[in-house]
Formats: sequence, C-alpha cells, structure tokens
Amino acid sequence: MEIAIPQPLERENYLNKKYGVWSWLLTTDHKRIALLYLISITFFFFIGGFFALLIRLELLTPAGDLVQADTYNKLFTMHGMVMIFFFLIPSIPAVLGNFLVPMMIGAKDLAFPRINLLSWYLYIIGGVMMLHCMLTGGVDTGWTFYAPFSTNFSNTKVVEAGLAIFIAGFSSILTGLNFVVTIHRMRAPGMTWSRLPLFIWAHYATSIIQLLGTPVLAVTIVMVAAERTLHLGIFDPKLGGDPILFQHLFWFYSHPAVYIMILPSMGVITEIIACFSRKRIFGYSFVAFSSIAIAVFGFLVWAHHMFVAGTSVYAALVFSLLSYAVAVPSAIKVFNWTATLYKGSIHYDAPMLYAFGFLGLFTIGGLTGLFLAALGIDVHVTDTYFVVAHFHYIMVGGAVMGYLGGMHFWWPKISGRLYPEGWARLAALIVFIGFNLTFFPQFLLGYMGMPRRYYDYSHMPEFQVLNVLSTAGATVLGVGYLLPMVYFLWSMRYGKPAPDNPWNAAGLEWMTSSPPTTFNFEEEPVVTWEAYNYEELDAPRTEEVPIAQ
Amino acid sequence: MTGHSQSSPLPGYFAVFIALLVGTGLTVFAATLDLGPFNAPVALVIATVKATLVALFFMHVYHASEKLTKLVVLGALFFLLLLLGLTMTDYATRLWS
Amino acid sequence: MPNSTLVGLHHEEQNRPELLHHFADPEQQRDASSLGMWVFLATEVMFFGGLFCAYLIYRHWYFGDFAAASKSINMALGATNTAVLICSSLTVVLAVWAAQTARRTLLLISLAATMLLGATFLGIKGIEYRDKFVEHHLPGASFSFDHEEIPGHPGQYASPAHAQIFFSLYFVMTGLHALHMIIGLGIFLWLLLMAWKGRFTSEYNTPIEIGGLYWHFVDIVWIYLFPLLYLIDRHK
Repeated sequence: MEIAIPQPLERENYLNKKYGVWSWLLTTDHKRIALLYLISITFFFFIGGFFALLIRLELLTPAGDLVQADTYNKLFTMHGMVMIFFFLIPSIPAVLGNFLVPMMIGAKDLAFPRINLLSWYLYIIGGVMMLHCMLTGGVDTGWTFYAPFSTNFSNTKVVEAGLAIFIAGFSSILTGLNFVVTIHRMRAPGMTWSRLPLFIWAHYATSIIQLLGTPVLAVTIVMVAAERTLHLGIFDPKLGGDPILFQHLFWFYSHPAVYIMILPSMGVITEIIACFSRKRIFGYSFVAFSSIAIAVFGFLVWAHHMFVAGTSVYAALVFSLLSYAVAVPSAIKVFNWTATLYKGSIHYDAPMLYAFGFLGLFTIGGLTGLFLAALGIDVHVTDTYFVVAHFHYIMVGGAVMGYLGGMHFWWPKISGRLYPEGWARLAALIVFIGFNLTFFPQFLLGYMGMPRRYYDYSHMPEFQVLNVLSTAGATVLGVGYLLPMVYFLWSMRYGKPAPDNPWNAAGLEWMTSSPPTTFNFEEEPVVTWEAYNYEELDAPRTEEVPIAQ
Repeated sequence: MTGHSQSSPLPGYFAVFIALLVGTGLTVFAATLDLGPFNAPVALVIATVKATLVALFFMHVYHASEKLTKLVVLGALFFLLLLLGLTMTDYATRLWS
Repeated sequence: MPNSTLVGLHHEEQNRPELLHHFADPEQQRDASSLGMWVFLATEVMFFGGLFCAYLIYRHWYFGDFAAASKSINMALGATNTAVLICSSLTVVLAVWAAQTARRTLLLISLAATMLLGATFLGIKGIEYRDKFVEHHLPGASFSFDHEEIPGHPGQYASPAHAQIFFSLYFVMTGLHALHMIIGLGIFLWLLLMAWKGRFTSEYNTPIEIGGLYWHFVDIVWIYLFPLLYLIDRHK
C-alpha cells in the first residue's frame, strides 16, 4: 500500500489541544467523547468477561462444585447485563460512531455536542449503579428478568439493576437522537444520501432502533420496579396479570436490540471490505436499504423468543414467518460483500482478517438463527446451548469482530500512531481460533440437549468433553482480546506516527490529519465524488494534484 | 419563521381551541349514551381528531416546511401500532384452539 | 439534503452569539433543534405506548371489572383537567406567536398562564389521588374494592384483583404523565426566565417553539388517557 510521508506529531490535534482532566471530563468534542466511551466500555468488557470466565470454570466439571446455584444464577445474569447493556450496545456507535460520523459527513461535530457528553455521563451513572449492584449482591433473574420471578420472588437487587439499565438506556436513546439529527442536518455540501459511506447508513438504521425500541424497555423496567416497590401488580398472576405480557414488552425492545448490536458492525465491515479489496462496494443501494430493512423488520419478530412461553400458536406462526423474512436483508449484505471481494485486489491486513472472520462467523450465526425461527426445531433447542452458541456467533463472532476490525482500521486516525501489524494479525488469528473453540462445541451441546443457565450437568456427564473444549477456547479467546489492549497502548507511545491516510482509503475522515484537529476540517469540504472511489484513488498519479478534491 | 404568516394565525388557533373544547364535551356526552359496542370506538375517534388538530395546527405539522417532520410523526405512530397490533395477534387468538 | 451554505464562521459568531460554533448558520441550528425535539417526541410515543399496550390487553380481558373501577374515578375532575390542558395548549401557541412577533408582554403572560394551568392540572390530579387513597383504591396491602357492581350487570361484583390491575395502570399511566407535566413546568419556568431576560427575539425563539412541542405532546397523551381511563361504560 502506498504510504505518504508521516506528519510530525507536534501539530495541534484534538488530543494535545488542551491538557488536564477537566478538559476531558467537560469536553464537547465528539472525538474526545468517543475516547471516554472507549475507556469505559473496555472496562465493562473485562468485567463481563470476568463473569464469563467464572461461568466457564464452573462448567469444566459436571457437578456444581465451584459456586452455589444461586451464585451461578448471578454470574450468568451479570455477564449478560454487563455485556449487552454496558458493552455491546454502546460499543461501535459510542466509540467509532461518535468519532467518525461527523467526519464522514464533513461536519465539525455532532448536532448536539453537549447532549453527547450527557449521554456519556448517563452511561457512567448507569455503569456505576450496576457496579454497586454487583458488589452488594448482584441480580439472579437472568438478563431477561422475567416476571413474576423478578417482580415477586427474587431476593436480589432487581430494582437497582433495572434502574442502572434504564439510565444507560437513555444514554443509548440520546446517542441515536444525535446521530439521526446529525445525518439529516449536518451533511457537507454535495454529500447526498447516495454518497454517504455505508457506515453512516448502518448507524442511521441503528439509531432508529435505539430511538423506537429503548423507550419500551424503559417503561417495562418502570413497571417491574413499580410492581416490586409499590406492589402495583401489572404482571402478577395472583391478580390476574399476565407474565407473558412482560415478555412481549421486554422482547419488543430486546429483539431489535440485537440489531443495534450487529448493524454498526456490518457498517464497519463494509468499509473494511471496500478498502482492502480496493473496490467500490457491490450493490451500494442494496446494502444501504438492507440496513433500513433490518431496522424495520427487526421490530416485527420479537415473539420468536417466546415460542414455548404460552403464547397462542397462531401468533407463533406469524412471528416464525416474519423471522424468516428478517434474515433476507442480512443475506443480501453477505452476498454484496462477497461480490465485492470477487476480482478485488485483496490485502490481508489485520482489519481485513477480522472482516473475513466476521463473514464466516456471522453467516453461521445467522443461519442458525433460521434454524431457531423454525417452530419445529425451536421447540427442541430453545433454552439449550444451541441458542447460546447462536447468539454468541453473532454477538462475538459478528459484532465484536467488527468492533476490533474497526478499531484497527481507524486506529491510525484516532491515535496518530500505527499499531504493530504482525502482532495484530496474530491476535486476529488467536481470536478466531479461540472463538470457534469456545462456541462451536456449544452448538453440539445444545443439540444434544444441554440446557442453558444450568450450573450442574451431572445427569449427563458425557457433556464434559465439549464443555472442557469450550472453556479452553475461552482462555485462548481471552488472550486474543488482551493482545490488542497491550499493543494499542504500546503504540500510543512507541508506535510509528501515522500518515493521514495509511490505507489510502476512501472517505472524508481520511482527508483529515491523523489525529484530526478539534474541528476536523480546516475548510468545509464540498463533495463532488461518489463513495468508495477506489478507482480514482488507485489510479496512477501523473501530477502532484491530490485525488478526489 | 415558517414564512407563511401574511395573515395572523390567531383566528385559526382560536378555532382549533374551540373545536378541542367541543370535542371534549362531545366525548363526555357520548359516554353517557348507550352506543352498544361503539362507545369505545367513538371516544377514540374523537380523541384522535383532537390529537390530530393539536398536532397539525398547534404543533405546526400542517405548515411544516419539510416532509421529514411528517415522516417522523407517521413513523412513530406506525411503530406504536406495530407494538399494539402484533401483541394483539397473541391475545386475540389465545382462545382459538 | 445539505442546507448550509459556506459562510465565514467567525462573522456569524460575532453577529449572533446564540449561534453555536459547529453549525454553519442559524437556520441549520434551528432545523436541527426542531428535528431533535420531534425525534425525542417519537421516543416518548413508544414510552407511553408500552403502557397503552398493557392497558388495552387487560381492558380486553377484564372489561367489566375495568368498567367498575373506572366508574369510581371522578369523571368531572378528569374532564375539567382535559379542558385545563387544552387551554394551556392555547396559551403555549400564543407564547410562540408572541415570540415570533416580538410581543414581549404577551410572551411573558402566555408563558406564565401556561405554567398556572399546568399547576392547576397537577393540583386537580392531587385531589384525585387523595380521593383514591382515602377510598383504599391504592394498589398494595390496603387495597379494597369489595361489593362494587359491574356496570350493566346488577348482582355481579367486580373482581378486586382485576380492579387492582386497573388501578395499577391508572397510577402508573397518570403518574408518568404527571411527571412529564412537572418536567414541563420546569422547562417553562426556564423559558419564562429567559424571556424575562430578553433572550428571545423574532429571529431566535427556537427554545419556546420546541418547549411548546413538548407541552403539546403531553396534552395529546392526556387526550387519550381521559376517555380510556375515565369513560369506560359510563352510560350503564
């Protein structure tokens, strides 16, 4: 890849413009806020990972011999709540989205910079509450906190955890609000909707889900809290309440939530695949509209989490059919990514390795989702490790791979430094191997009947071999996650200074300095070219004129 | 700001105000009549008319310079109806078999 | 569609201190603020929507019991409150118009009147809540709803358990609505103070406009709450 001469780091940029803790804690610069989020979500990722480690240690042996049953309930609950609400949902939008959305559209900042900062503070408040809840006894309801256990019978800190999630939910809503308004109102002249990077389309679609789904979860948490504290019995069967109503309201958000977690990752993958195949994305409009389609269809399928809960069979049929439909736009994306690779000039830098991993693992995760959409199969594998494996393939094999790929891709822009490529490729490989070793056995376990959320499987000791493989894989995966932490930090001090556009990638963000100045662009860009103009970027240069201006 | 106020919008506002009060009175009156199964639909229709008047004229959706405002309103309503409607597919059919 | 023109940033900042630096011109700032409030209201629609969903399902299941419970809440007070909110929406619209036409006195009076009407609403709500407390209709250990006939079915009595669900929903829905009213009062107090200080002109009055949008939304929620909660089978 062509690399221009690196710029000296003494130039003023958003990192060195002002020093001091308050210049960070009171910043309204979207790039600094992105870094605040980066630190926070990495912290929670390791907390959630710690709970995962304890779970996998317990499951090394069939007997429940590491922790007690109640404690195990708390372990998987806290693992789920922390990973979903405090890591996955914010991850890409709050870090990469916050950093890149204004730059990709040619703006100086998001539409509401102070609301952006508020969003981070709400996240932190929710996070601190959740930490306090965990340290003072935790919750044991499962991250799904179903009624009536959560409302009437659990002796743990349900209200506190619920409140923490409620507050973090507002953080999510405000981020979505900021993105929607920014994308509508702050695009630079010439940046029409059809010239937007697909990363932006993905975040727009994600924001729609955040805005419309999260409030329903919020009001459900209010109802659970009211029932627990004020005895307002809305889900209480003793009063004639319906616990399944809780599930309807809960999953109305929580299913679209999984699309909040995967859509941004798909946006990242699109950018990476285009850059490292040196090609315009195949089927731009299809990829753009499929993002919107996923956002809308995602709201139509929630009761596929409730096939055995006691809903009407006719409703189950409707939701099963709709769940098949929601797979179509995702498949469209996979086809378009593959077609982009075809006859592309493929480069195997670390971001691309993560993208390849994503393609395979997301496809497996997505296809197993179709298995689960089929009523006949779901009845057998629901609440088994098959489901656990399915969603981890998408959440970890999909979303986290996309997040790591994106962090590598844009690291030179964010930090002004290059990460060590050799170590990065090694880490990507370790993550891929560790991931498959951890989660593929879980498909087999679930298919053979191992239930989820059980700490003791001594009634089926033959499950042990696969569980041991899974735990071994988790250890490898952990190493794979630690490596980037180490070398990213290392690179901030010892890494080679990065040029403005080390990948020769398309996109307005690469036309800023590495790292960018506080207001991103010295002059407002005027866009006259289409997205992914790799042909122009790779054309042999005959003069010293910058490309695509 | 909307750029259309050659004439004062005040008469329009007062007209909507009167309509809203009349609608409220109508709702209460209709509630005292026996309309069989139509009591609830009538009340909801009147409420919807009132809400529409507030949205169109008090919230200036009618004169909105951009289609986007209307799209946001319709979008929100669409997803609300989705929540209510699809949930009802369960409750309306529970006793079928 | 991009609607900003390339304007020298520093000129704008000097002429219009309320123009925030990251916007190209005041129109962009106003359009962004307005869209932001509309999008926020969309989230509020879904927030209340969850409660309406729960309400509709239980009303469908326990219609008679809900009707009996509905009869015990004060329709006159509810109707009065509806009228109060409608008046307040009018004062809000007058406030926006006053700001747009630089009528300072009318602006201040309208904002204050809105707040007064909002406070009246909350006062009446307080009276209703107190009545419910006295009648032991507050869900919980002391709830009682015995021997209340189902309207239209003499001799049949409402199930206290199902009535408790009605009152649970009643308190959560009107309680959340009241909370939004209190927040609205806070917003309008702030607007009143800003207006008093002369911060709004015929060119810059976006906060009043978007504060008004919020207030109208809270009114619309009540427009639906009133018939649904107060007017079930009143003719029987």
